[in-house]
Amino acid sequence: MKEFLNMGGYALYVWGSFGMTALLMLVEPLLVHSRRKTTLRRVSRLVRSKSAQSLKNPSANI
Amino acid sequence: MPWFSVISVILILIGLYMGFFVAPADYKQGEGYRIIFVHVPASWMSMFIYLVMAFWAILGVVFNTRVSGMMVQALAPTGAMFTFLALWTGAFWGKPMWGAWWVWDARLTSELILFFLYIGYIALHSSIDDNRRADRASAILVLVGVVNIPIIYYSVKWWNTLHQGASISLKSGSSMASTMLIAMLIMTLGFWAYSIAIALARVRSIILERERDTRWVSELPEINQ
Repeated sequence: MKEFLNMGGYALYVWGSFGMTALLMLVEPLLVHSRRKTTLRRVSRLVRSKSAQSLKNPSANI
Repeated sequence: MPWFSVISVILILIGLYMGFFVAPADYKQGEGYRIIFVHVPASWMSMFIYLVMAFWAILGVVFNTRVSGMMVQALAPTGAMFTFLALWTGAFWGKPMWGAWWVWDARLTSELILFFLYIGYIALHSSIDDNRRADRASAILVLVGVVNIPIIYYSVKWWNTLHQGASISLKSGSSMASTMLIAMLIMTLGFWAYSIAIALARVRSIILERERDTRWVSELPEINQ
């Protein structure tokens, strides 16, 4: 195990490469997921406020 | 849609297993060469995603289709990420083998220009408020920048570079051990499936944002809860 982590003396370079790759490829899906949630929240708020408006004023229906 | 995420996770796990436990150590670089299993797939994806963006940009310019601009927009951050990873892992490979994190070599410089093209696209698109105009203007930037792709690809042939030439080619086959090659190709397919999954997931938010005034969006079950 120790030998494996040592990577023949190249530990910093091998794990530095794989570590950054893993980090970014795990963070990106999380960002996309949170963007999806924010978007859904924002758009549904917008749609709700619009339908409330058109109830008050039917002629302004879009 | 979750299919591509599942496929990419499986392929990347197999690729990592093969890359670390099946592929032998290199006779010259020892264990250090294993960086290849992220460096090459990330570099290929950085170029491939740009070509896919250019394809959508052409569709958008010629046929004026709405979704093409959204696809370009959804792909750009992932392309920029892979370009950054290609440069990062390249630096971590160059340091032990060449003795320098960075050299102004044709391959490295043209890859850096690719990174700036992605950043330039993202900056230009977000600086124009009207989405349709932003799509049009930034599509032109993407299409002009596409000349850089063959420059990156052939840079190791055209110039005398420190970066090594291609280890595999369509004409002469591969100069690598077959388990190394297979591990690298599996990782590449995994990164490819990852890119599809993430771009499709991102484009769904972009579509909702841009089409928020339409009736079909207001009638979606996700919106009406």
